[in-house]
Amino acid sequence: MGRRKSRETQSSKRGDMADKIVLEIARYAPEKDEKPSFQSFEVPFRKEWVVLDALNHIKDRLDGSLTYRWSCRMGVCGSCGMMVNGEPKLTCATFLSSYGNGAKVRVEPLRYFPVIRDLVTALSDFLAKLQGVKPWLIRKDEPPLSAGEFLQTPEQLDLYKQFSMCINCTLCYAACPVVGLEPTFVGPAAIALAQRYNLDNRDQGAQERLGLLAHPEGIWGCTFVGECTRVCPKQVDPAGAIQQYKLKAALEWVKSFVLPRGHDDAGKEVRS
Amino acid sequence: MEIRSHDILLVGGGGAGLRAAIAAAEVNPKLSIAVVSKVYPMRSHTVSAEGGAAGVAKPDDSLDEHAYDTISGGDWMCDQDAVEAFVKDAPRELLQLERWGCPWNREPDGHIAVRAFGGMKKKRTWFAADKTGFHMLHTLFQTSLKYQPITRYDEWFVTKLLVDDGRVQGVVAIDVMSGKIQAITAKAVIVCTGGCGRIFPFTTNANIKNGDGMALVQRAGGPLKDLEFLQYHPTGLPFTGILITEAARSEGGYMLNKDGYRYLQDYNLGKPQAKPVLRSMELGPRDRLSQAFVKEDQKGRTIPTEYGSVVHLDLRHLGEKLINAKLPFVRELCLKYQNLDPVTELIPVRPVAHYMMGGISTDIHGATPLAGCFAAGEAACVSINGANRLGSNSLTECLVFGARAGRSAAEFAAGQEIPNGRVLAQATDEQKRLEQRYLRKTGGKERIATLREEMQKAVESGAGIYREQSTLTQAANKLRELQERYANISLDDHSQTFNTELTAALELGYMLDVAQSIVECALYRTESRGAHQRTDFPERDDKRFLAHSLVRRNSDGSLKVEYLPVKITRWPPGERVYGQEEKPGDAIKQAG
Amino acid sequence: MTMQPSTEFHPRWYRTRVSTYWWMGSWRYLKFILRELSSVAVAWFVVMTLFQLRALLNGPDAYARFTHRLQSPWMIALNVIAFCFLLLHTITWFNLAPRAMPVRFGGKRVPEFLVAAPNYGLWVVASAGIAWFVLRTS
Repeated sequence: MGRRKSRETQSSKRGDMADKIVLEIARYAPEKDEKPSFQSFEVPFRKEWVVLDALNHIKDRLDGSLTYRWSCRMGVCGSCGMMVNGEPKLTCATFLSSYGNGAKVRVEPLRYFPVIRDLVTALSDFLAKLQGVKPWLIRKDEPPLSAGEFLQTPEQLDLYKQFSMCINCTLCYAACPVVGLEPTFVGPAAIALAQRYNLDNRDQGAQERLGLLAHPEGIWGCTFVGECTRVCPKQVDPAGAIQQYKLKAALEWVKSFVLPRGHDDAGKEVRS
Repeated sequence: MEIRSHDILLVGGGGAGLRAAIAAAEVNPKLSIAVVSKVYPMRSHTVSAEGGAAGVAKPDDSLDEHAYDTISGGDWMCDQDAVEAFVKDAPRELLQLERWGCPWNREPDGHIAVRAFGGMKKKRTWFAADKTGFHMLHTLFQTSLKYQPITRYDEWFVTKLLVDDGRVQGVVAIDVMSGKIQAITAKAVIVCTGGCGRIFPFTTNANIKNGDGMALVQRAGGPLKDLEFLQYHPTGLPFTGILITEAARSEGGYMLNKDGYRYLQDYNLGKPQAKPVLRSMELGPRDRLSQAFVKEDQKGRTIPTEYGSVVHLDLRHLGEKLINAKLPFVRELCLKYQNLDPVTELIPVRPVAHYMMGGISTDIHGATPLAGCFAAGEAACVSINGANRLGSNSLTECLVFGARAGRSAAEFAAGQEIPNGRVLAQATDEQKRLEQRYLRKTGGKERIATLREEMQKAVESGAGIYREQSTLTQAANKLRELQERYANISLDDHSQTFNTELTAALELGYMLDVAQSIVECALYRTESRGAHQRTDFPERDDKRFLAHSLVRRNSDGSLKVEYLPVKITRWPPGERVYGQEEKPGDAIKQAG
Repeated sequence: MTMQPSTEFHPRWYRTRVSTYWWMGSWRYLKFILRELSSVAVAWFVVMTLFQLRALLNGPDAYARFTHRLQSPWMIALNVIAFCFLLLHTITWFNLAPRAMPVRFGGKRVPEFLVAAPNYGLWVVASAGIAWFVLRTS
């Protein structure tokens, strides 16, 4: 986590000059447009403002029809992902000052998703992929609540904790060329979520998920471009999750020849 | 218009809503359950909660102590039967969440770890780093995916509750993506839409917290309870209002005024110690800390900044290792939004509107006085939070009362007939209303943003931390004016597809309704209790006001306020004492 | 859990076609494609080595013809380029390997460069060994 110094511009030091920044925003209204076009808006340049503040300013005062998603504005709900100057970003965490006073900032909907309107993308496919990896604790036995909690040491928690930080912002899908070229590819966030459960010592569903993901549209669709990890705002490292998963899948495949059938691969003991 | 039908319908898909849906599905897998949310469930505001969820976990703690802390923290406005039920269910609910995979922090031996929190005498707050709400919501959402009976309607914006035969029979909602107005009937409706923080200009709340459910229920004839009790969280970042969790203080942070002095010791909150002392100083209850800030500000001992005056939260003495282990999100937020590192610098903070103790009036089973209508979470008021909520009680509340409401609704639905076709007429009327007043309307003059900002200013000045007759009356007049001007609203966006200006206009309507109700209740309560502080009536008045305010809207739009006595069982009203040495037997002694 | 589809009136979603030249869109994508192409260089050197072995087995004349062909300017240029790609391949492989194999020691994750370092070390040692073996006879 490095420190980000906001750039003090010359004009803002001079004070009186009205500082402005121009946003070029993709507009698309399916009722009248065939395809998206760009519209420019001039917005005040304030050093504490993020791109989302600029969008809100436009919607509140300039053009109420500008359409986008947002909610928490603190980088934890995952609603406000958009392409800013060609990079997938959370607009609530992208400061205008990183583009400089007087700059032109291009805002588009996240790449590789269908666009419903303006900056809003269709997420139903993504949610189906998420659901498809069975992202819940799978148990073969369910001890009664009176038995207390499943024990999990801080070290065991650490094994999967990073992968549990995903806010489902889908920036990784916008960065991944495989998602763009093969829309059926399950994708970084979904696979990282599967791995989050696989590595949880309380889970007994790793074999089941392996069956769901060890195929060309699952983990083997990934070619380790690594962009997903680079753009992830929560340092989840989905690329790492997928490569680890590939290694595991490969080892399982070898084991299935070497070890006799019926071996217990669950291997995760739960001492309650 | 298509009509869909389900047995149970959830309005809102956050912590309480998802928990209720799962509970109903577990009671009776044959029920069909709809979760109707205006955002995808993982965007619900539960996700921003940071600090933790309280539940008795360790052998040195007891249910009675948790109950006493909650009741005294709520300045005796809590219904004690509800609190007793709450503290009893709490550990089981949190454990159930652990079983569903929630990554609670652990002790080295693998058991659940708990930490201290404001207003609690013992450590009983379960936590998942400092992103507890995030982990809880994602665990609930991912778990809900495995229940076949649950159908989700994502990004459907509810505009009206359908009421017939004296009971709630469904909703009308806009399918935001296509703009089509739809009706969904249900035998039972559970409202879990959260609070209404966006009526304030400076709030921790997300954009989606507009009091939707509260206004919907009030418009359907149901009562709202204790609306005048609004919690200000003492530590929010200036300008953004982003929350710095109470956990920062429970791990040992200090609050300093401009002279570097731990000023809370001047306000009956105990003496400063090096390590945090439960129920003392920085671990006092939120209402008292926010009030201390205002008084400190009046004395001129706060630090002025361009976004209002602040005090400082000092975490430097905690060390980098602890901050990275227990407060990593706090560090991330400070670095990103304030451009400072809490390991080496002071964090500027000020009180920020955060939570509504009040809401839709329910009983301890989650049922509202409107037949067929249930509520849970921040949208509801049972009341277990009374006049001031203790930190980490609300996440648990979502689970406990979400589950209770889900089970009650399932039981209720089992005995109900399928809703009749008469509601179809209401749904068609609603469609016409939306088209006439918003979509097809021309010639309006008012912009949504203008009205919203004026509302926020009026609410802040009238119903802030300290209130009095004249400021409240001014606010009431202003809100009345804004309601009239609202009729003249104009939209730039007449499209059907994903019209967020339309939803913003509807949200503004909900907020105006709730804001008016809040100010009305605040005017009637001529005493000071918990988070409701009247400078013209500074004392607590148990004789007249040991009662919940219930506000209903009449058909002509005017408001009617009545009172419902608080249920006292074992803890007679006493003084709220913080910062003093209490012997361990005290809490039990005080119970009857 | 089932998700209800939206209504029959389905607004026209806009789908951008991904261009065949998507990889020219950013230098990071370009780097990725070059990295992938570098496996061709690996294959090239494998084939070269096989040809070299065959030439060895066929006697000193065949071997002399082989080395003569290697000295043509085109071959030198090709081999230099291929060698650069081989270096790219090796370095990116070593740097990315720790991501696939998180090593934990004492409950904490070992930093990636410490996992990559032994690979480099082994590479240097092996190369030094071979170089010494090959060069000492001449």
